[in-house]
Amino acid sequence: MMKSSMKIHLSHPTKEIEIKGPKHVRDLFTELHLIPEAYLVIRGQDLVTEDELLADTDIIEIRPVISGGSERTS
Amino acid sequence: MKCRKCPARAVLRLPRHNTAFCPVCLTDFVRTQVQKAITSQHMFSTNDRILVAVSGGKDSLTLWEILLKLGYRADALYVDQGIGTYSQGSREKVEQFTEQIAVPCGATLTIHNVEEEEGASIPDLANMVRRPTCSTCGTIKRYQFNRAAIQGGYDVMATGHNLDDEAARLLGNVLHWQEEYLQKQSPTLPASMDGFAKKVKPLYRLTEREIAAYAVVNRIDYMVEECPMSKGAKMLVYKDVLNRLEAESPGTKHTFYWQFLAKQEKAQAAHGSMTDTDQRTLQPCTTCSQPTSTGICSYCKMVARAKTPAQ
Ligand code: SF4
Ligand SMILES: [Zn+2]
Ligand SMILES: [Zn+2]
Repeated sequence: MMKSSMKIHLSHPTKEIEIKGPKHVRDLFTELHLIPEAYLVIRGQDLVTEDELLADTDIIEIRPVISGGSERTS
Repeated sequence: MKCRKCPARAVLRLPRHNTAFCPVCLTDFVRTQVQKAITSQHMFSTNDRILVAVSGGKDSLTLWEILLKLGYRADALYVDQGIGTYSQGSREKVEQFTEQIAVPCGATLTIHNVEEEEGASIPDLANMVRRPTCSTCGTIKRYQFNRAAIQGGYDVMATGHNLDDEAARLLGNVLHWQEEYLQKQSPTLPASMDGFAKKVKPLYRLTEREIAAYAVVNRIDYMVEECPMSKGAKMLVYKDVLNRLEAESPGTKHTFYWQFLAKQEKAQAAHGSMTDTDQRTLQPCTTCSQPTSTGICSYCKMVARAKTPAQ
């Protein structure tokens, strides 16, 4: 069976979604209403920049980088 | 997109510095920023023994890794809070990191288990003393890290606070005009008196995104999941607001915090330092002898209340 769209893993809360490619990372952010400053995009094991073109065969993780409770001591 | 320093392909754009880096140049950039922080804020030298407060998250594990890679003598303390699968997962990340990266560098990990030492997990303690979980957690972690640093004979205690943490905290303090907290928002807090360890924040020049990117390219396996108690925390709102400003005008976060530091330095030169204030207002806790302003410190009060059976 052929894969027909890219698989995207999100956290906080954990979620798997599929989106039709090819698509630029920056357009993915717009489509999902995410601010780039708060996330990293990882393809397989590697980081990619906003101008990268993602394909239907790609496995993508959009990883939030913002953390913190009200009393972060570590 | 190409790296701005070499012909390799870039993996991260840094709008606030108007640049982009490949994994090698990113690693170099991040370590240089940490070294700059250590030197310019007089944090420690290669002779000092450092205790890193680790949580299993990106900031503290990255901090520990960088200090070891830069040749510093850094051990770590992990406080197991007993918060369900979150604590379990983060403890596993810390232990795995210790085995694979820290031990080969000659460093050691100490684990403080709240359930065993204080008699109940943090959520249970919070219930018993009727205080919010995060403030109970903060009191215990601050207390135990300070105690471990003093008892272990460490010269300094290091935490993974980054630029986003400090800018968000500054925003919160300014919005509520909490001037007494502003004094304590410096990347280096001296051991103002006996019983207090010197505390430093070597990641204060780096954003969360830069630190997370460093962790990814250097294959530091950290806990991506957040503590369930952090949901809805004010800090997250402040960070979000700052990131929106940052998107409009890159560099907002570092200008906000660094300008504050520059002004604070001047003010302290004119009006005396935190050390003076601490020495005027603090004395040893009558129970445990850690410095406090209230006779019995907030940690001892809390533990005593938790041990008193409910009426
Ligand atoms: S979110 Fe609250 S309870 Fe969780 S680690 Fe942070 S301070 Fe502790
Ligand atoms: Zn490069
Ligand atoms: Zn005490």
